[in-house]
Amino acid sequence: MDCYTANWNPLGEEAFYRKFELYAMEWSLKEDLRDCLVAAAPYGGPIALLKNSGRKEKSPSARPLLEIYSASGLLLASIPWKSGQLVHLGWTASEDLLCIQEDGTVLIYNLFCEFKRHFSMGNEVLQNHVLEAKVFHTEYGTGVAILTGAHRFSLTTNIDDLKLRRMPEVPGLQKPPSCWAVLSQDRVTIVLLAVGQDLYLLDNTSCSVVTPPGMSPAAGAYLRMAVSFNYRCLALFTDTGYIWMGLSTLKEKLCEFNSSIRSPPKQMVWCMRPRSRQRAVVVAWDHQLMVAGNSTECIQFVLDEDSYLVPELDGVRILSRTSHEFLHEIPEASQEIFKIASMAPGALLLEAQKEYEKESQKADEYLREIKDQKLLPEAVSQCIEAAGYEHEPETQKSLLRAASFGKCFIDKFPPESFVRMCQDLRVLNAIRDYQIGIPLTFTQYKRLTIEVLLDRLVLRRLYPLAIRICEYLRLSEIQGVSRILAHWACYKVQQKDKSDEEVAHAINQKLGDTPGISYSEIAARAYDCGRTELAIKLLEYEPRSGEQVPLLLKMKRSKLALSKAIESGDTDLVYTVVLHLKNELNRGTFFMTLQNQPVALSLYRQFCKHQERKTLKDLYNQDDNHQELGNFHVHSSYSEQRIEGRVGALQNAVDAYYKAKNEFAAKATEDQIKLLRLQRHLQEDFDKPYLDLSLHDTVSNLILDGHHKRAEQLYREFKIPDKRYWWLKISALATRGDWEEMEKFSKSKKSPIGYLPFVEISVKHHNRYEAKKYAPRVTPEQRVKAFILVGDLDQAADAAIEHKNENEMNFVLSKCTASTDVAVVEKLNRARAQLLKK
Amino acid sequence: MAFAGRRDAPEPPDFAILKRLARDQLIYLLEQLPGRKDLFIEADLMSPLDRIANVSILKHEVDKLYKVENRPTSSTSDQFCFLVRPRIKTMKYIADIINADKMAGRSRKYKIIFSPQKFYACEMVLEEEGVFGDVSCDEWSFYLLPLDDDIISMELPEFFRDYFLEGDHRWINCVARALQLLNSLYGPFSKAYGIGRCAKMSYELWRDLEEESESDSQGRKPEIGNVFLMDRDTDYVTALCSQVVYEGLVDDTFRIKCGSVDFGPDVTSSDKSIKVLLNSQDKVFSQIRNEHFSSVFGFLSQKSRNLQAQYDRRRGMDIKQMKNFVSQELKGLKQEHRLLSLHIGACESIMKKKTKQDFQEMIKTEHSLLEGFDIRESTSFIEEHIDRQVSPIESLRLMCLLSITENGLIPKDYRSLKTQYLQSYGPEHLLTFHNLKRIGLLTEQSPGETLTAVESKVSKLVTDRAAGKITDAFNSLARKSNFRGISKKLGLIPRVDGEYDLKMPRDMAYVFSGAYIPLSCKIIEQVLERKSWLGLEEVLRLLNGNEFSVTESAGEDSPAWESQRIILTVFLGGCTFSEIAALRFLGKEKGYKFIFLTTAITNSARMMEAMIETKA
Repeated sequence: MDCYTANWNPLGEEAFYRKFELYAMEWSLKEDLRDCLVAAAPYGGPIALLKNSGRKEKSPSARPLLEIYSASGLLLASIPWKSGQLVHLGWTASEDLLCIQEDGTVLIYNLFCEFKRHFSMGNEVLQNHVLEAKVFHTEYGTGVAILTGAHRFSLTTNIDDLKLRRMPEVPGLQKPPSCWAVLSQDRVTIVLLAVGQDLYLLDNTSCSVVTPPGMSPAAGAYLRMAVSFNYRCLALFTDTGYIWMGLSTLKEKLCEFNSSIRSPPKQMVWCMRPRSRQRAVVVAWDHQLMVAGNSTECIQFVLDEDSYLVPELDGVRILSRTSHEFLHEIPEASQEIFKIASMAPGALLLEAQKEYEKESQKADEYLREIKDQKLLPEAVSQCIEAAGYEHEPETQKSLLRAASFGKCFIDKFPPESFVRMCQDLRVLNAIRDYQIGIPLTFTQYKRLTIEVLLDRLVLRRLYPLAIRICEYLRLSEIQGVSRILAHWACYKVQQKDKSDEEVAHAINQKLGDTPGISYSEIAARAYDCGRTELAIKLLEYEPRSGEQVPLLLKMKRSKLALSKAIESGDTDLVYTVVLHLKNELNRGTFFMTLQNQPVALSLYRQFCKHQERKTLKDLYNQDDNHQELGNFHVHSSYSEQRIEGRVGALQNAVDAYYKAKNEFAAKATEDQIKLLRLQRHLQEDFDKPYLDLSLHDTVSNLILDGHHKRAEQLYREFKIPDKRYWWLKISALATRGDWEEMEKFSKSKKSPIGYLPFVEISVKHHNRYEAKKYAPRVTPEQRVKAFILVGDLDQAADAAIEHKNENEMNFVLSKCTASTDVAVVEKLNRARAQLLKK
Repeated sequence: MAFAGRRDAPEPPDFAILKRLARDQLIYLLEQLPGRKDLFIEADLMSPLDRIANVSILKHEVDKLYKVENRPTSSTSDQFCFLVRPRIKTMKYIADIINADKMAGRSRKYKIIFSPQKFYACEMVLEEEGVFGDVSCDEWSFYLLPLDDDIISMELPEFFRDYFLEGDHRWINCVARALQLLNSLYGPFSKAYGIGRCAKMSYELWRDLEEESESDSQGRKPEIGNVFLMDRDTDYVTALCSQVVYEGLVDDTFRIKCGSVDFGPDVTSSDKSIKVLLNSQDKVFSQIRNEHFSSVFGFLSQKSRNLQAQYDRRRGMDIKQMKNFVSQELKGLKQEHRLLSLHIGACESIMKKKTKQDFQEMIKTEHSLLEGFDIRESTSFIEEHIDRQVSPIESLRLMCLLSITENGLIPKDYRSLKTQYLQSYGPEHLLTFHNLKRIGLLTEQSPGETLTAVESKVSKLVTDRAAGKITDAFNSLARKSNFRGISKKLGLIPRVDGEYDLKMPRDMAYVFSGAYIPLSCKIIEQVLERKSWLGLEEVLRLLNGNEFSVTESAGEDSPAWESQRIILTVFLGGCTFSEIAALRFLGKEKGYKFIFLTTAITNSARMMEAMIETKA
């Protein structure tokens, strides 16, 4: 490959520059570039052209045309420019086109000429018009700087977070500066401008005059200035043809060059490479291109046609009507390998591999030479690295082949770097294809990262390629394929020529259940495009209800949202919808909606129970739910302080219960009203608290206090069952110790509860004497128990014997103590023996 | 009993990590509000907190600890932190504090930590009260509190009322998240069974969560193989019965709270109450907890004799032996001695309360209700119980048990018992009855249809498909318990031949003195035996269905995995200690290990209280 270095041009001792063609431009441009406003995005981005912009005549036929091309010159989109006079075009970091109008309005288009939004650079700009504008990129994002007709500067550092800054005035400035640039130093954006032989620095607050160090006083007036891609370096071109190159801090001069061309250059840009010590600027005149750096010599090219320079991270792209070229400094690895007569390990390895292919023994010699120096790993790495810098796949391949060959002779050479490079080059070659037209260099690609590259492909709607790349690089589905499919789907929903069914079906076909796909996002996009029905269809595919609901609400499909929320089982979601409905619908419809959704209804009821009791009532009313309404009134009666209030509430409850045909509840509530009234009387009469006692306790308390008549009255009035009344009365009397009354009561009529309770209660109050009175009246079946309770074992024995019941006899026996109850024991044993005989 | 071929139950997994997780998150959350602060803790979070963290952790830059109560505070701290359950009532309490501060012109920082999660309704209340902007909110995902080696509680007693009575689904999400957590730590569960609507919803929600999180559990060796979810309303009967195993009795009598109990002066025979942790660490308790009460006393006296003997070994020891004894054994013996005397005290106290005539008769009544004999007599017993105002909760419980075993009360009894009850315990219980009716615990038989009629129809025509339709039709009328039919189908009432030996139980019925095998446990037993619901169709129809069984992953039949014999049983709405004892017994018999996950430990009284409408 003797001719390989043919296009290498030395600059000084160490550096070589080469220029090669990226694409023959496809755009068959009729106009000269100088007649157009041109903007090319960095990182091999698209090119925007505004044709006819120079002509000021206002004939509608000559309305300027805005066209956007890929870097290979394929037309992406075009529109006739109908808005105001454009001064400048520029690209944002996310590849949106900024169109800066004379009146300071900035219109933003995507790379398919679709309008996105616009903003204004402020009133001052509007009044004084834009003289010149620049778009710049810093760590804050994409910024715009404006020079107004009043020779003032206005700028914003981030168009997505618009904050306008008006720079201080330059004292005594009567005419526009000859050249200016935006600098970014320590995260502060400043403007450097030249007026004649003076340089001014504008920061936020002040304007200062600066002098570059080492600038010869005879250099003359400044004509052009250039800031490097990374803002580190600054170049100044004066009317004596002198070029000053230094740090943009203006603290150090790096080198200088005298071009001895006095006419102002059309463009001057830096040509540098990250991590390289070489600095050079590329200066373009109409027919001449010059690369000047730290050398007294320079490289010169003839320009056949009008050209436009695009500074890149690691070189300069040169656009013209027919071709698209790249000019850059040859990286070290390439130099080492390809430099004529290089003895670098990489060069030897490449040679060895070539000989090997020729089946020559020289291969071994070369290899041995490297191995003797123990430089084989280095050789391999060098070849791998150099392959990355090559544009031609053939050269890439031969370098990789050499690396692969060298690898065989090394134990455990880690394969990652080789594999990675192969993959990266495959991706790069794919996107450099003129159909795609993204001429990224390896260095740019690494800076940009694969994620951003994928974004850019998506932005160009190159979905299949993006997916292919994801699959090839085995990116995780969520980061890779899913995301791209989602973008595709979002684009798909905008295709208005297809029916909702078709689109929804197509999307589901392609996306299926791919993890990480959010159907709701796609649906949201569809809704934004005004396709509500499509959005609903798409939401059907969304497995997570939590994602469906908010959009459905936004689309005012509240009822659907409600059922989706309920389906999800997420009560928070249901609440969200319910509350939304509450505000959106009138009360009646709101309640009706709830009635059909029991889950939502019970949730809302729970909420109302604690927070809005009134609403609860309305809810029941609406539903004619008289039972619940009754309960509601009963409940609210508790919170009423005054008796009248309580009675009122309870009366409402009674009415509701009757309506609900719940006679039991109605009756019970009526009784309660009656009881309440009575209790109030009792409270007044006896000056004791009776309110809120149960009926049982009320009567019991009356007896305890000796108001037997009143107790009797309640007993009759409330039809207290006899059994209860007797239980209640005897326990109250016993507690009171009113044994006389108890005896009287026991004789009043036949006890409905028998007489055992009398015995039990007396015993419980430790009154055996009284208990004994009742024991004989206990029914025969319970008599044994009664006698035992009162402690009369003898009688108990008699009763047991009378019943001829062995169990009872044993029971009595178990209560006997041998010492005291001898007679009883004997009697029982006798009876038992007799019983057994039979 | 077939002891041959019986496999030892596998060891349960270690649940201590759950405590650690909860504790670490709490500390992290407290650190999110740097600086000194006052901490307000919801009353019913106190005990669970106690179990996972000590005071020094809570005192993390905390000046004062308050209980969330309805009392405004006068604190000088600049920062308030509230650790609360997501309840509307609590939100109002907090809002009141903030609004009072605002009125007084005080500015403080407020932070609310919701446990186990935040509800939108809470935020809504804060917003309506106008304080939403003043607070910051966080969630403490404290879903699971391990109470013992095999019991995990969610400590959500309100789950029962909220879901089964109010139809409020908000806690289901918590259950699903709890399952997710357990699955991620001890799963993947390969097989899931369940019965009940809530069980089904929880299961489905959990599966959704798993799908969304996409955590990769493939290839992990599970520690828990199976999960069984059950709604409390599948079996109310068991929960309504008086408990007679020791742990259940202690719960019924003294109320076990978060795995510990306060023994009052009557137990400790001193003037102080003593708080005792009841779990497997307690050597005495772990041996008697699952025993029928009748055998506990004998065991305890045997134990105390053994203990005495061990003490007595001191005599005749030489100095060295004595030194050994003191340094190694004495402490353990003393500890055991202390516990023994406490449990003996507890037993005595229980005896005093329970050996009265009433209790015996009540148990007798319960058994007749379960068996379906002497219904009239039982009804009069209940009536007398009410008339004599023995206990509002107990009266209610008996009424419910009567209703649910008899498929509703006959209209006459329904009216009269309710009237009696209102007269005895106050008219406000009208609302309680409404609740009980709604939840299906206390209902009225529809006229013209007696229990036996339904039962015979169903049992005679079970094979007929029409029978299914008939039952469905009945079911749609009202929620029927169909207890009698189920009991017959599953053989819940063991045939008695001779005395049931409670010391050597032969089936799970021992937890109810041999009278009744708990329905819930029987279902679990049957399903595990069949590894599906096949063959239980008739029972399911009577139970109102909603069953499911899902095999999550292949290879479930690799018996080498012990985990396949570990079963996480999830009780939605609470489970009782009797059920736990019964399943522990089953586990021992069949070589299973049951892990209990419950929304809360419950018993009949707690269930009744949840239904009672109070005046406040």
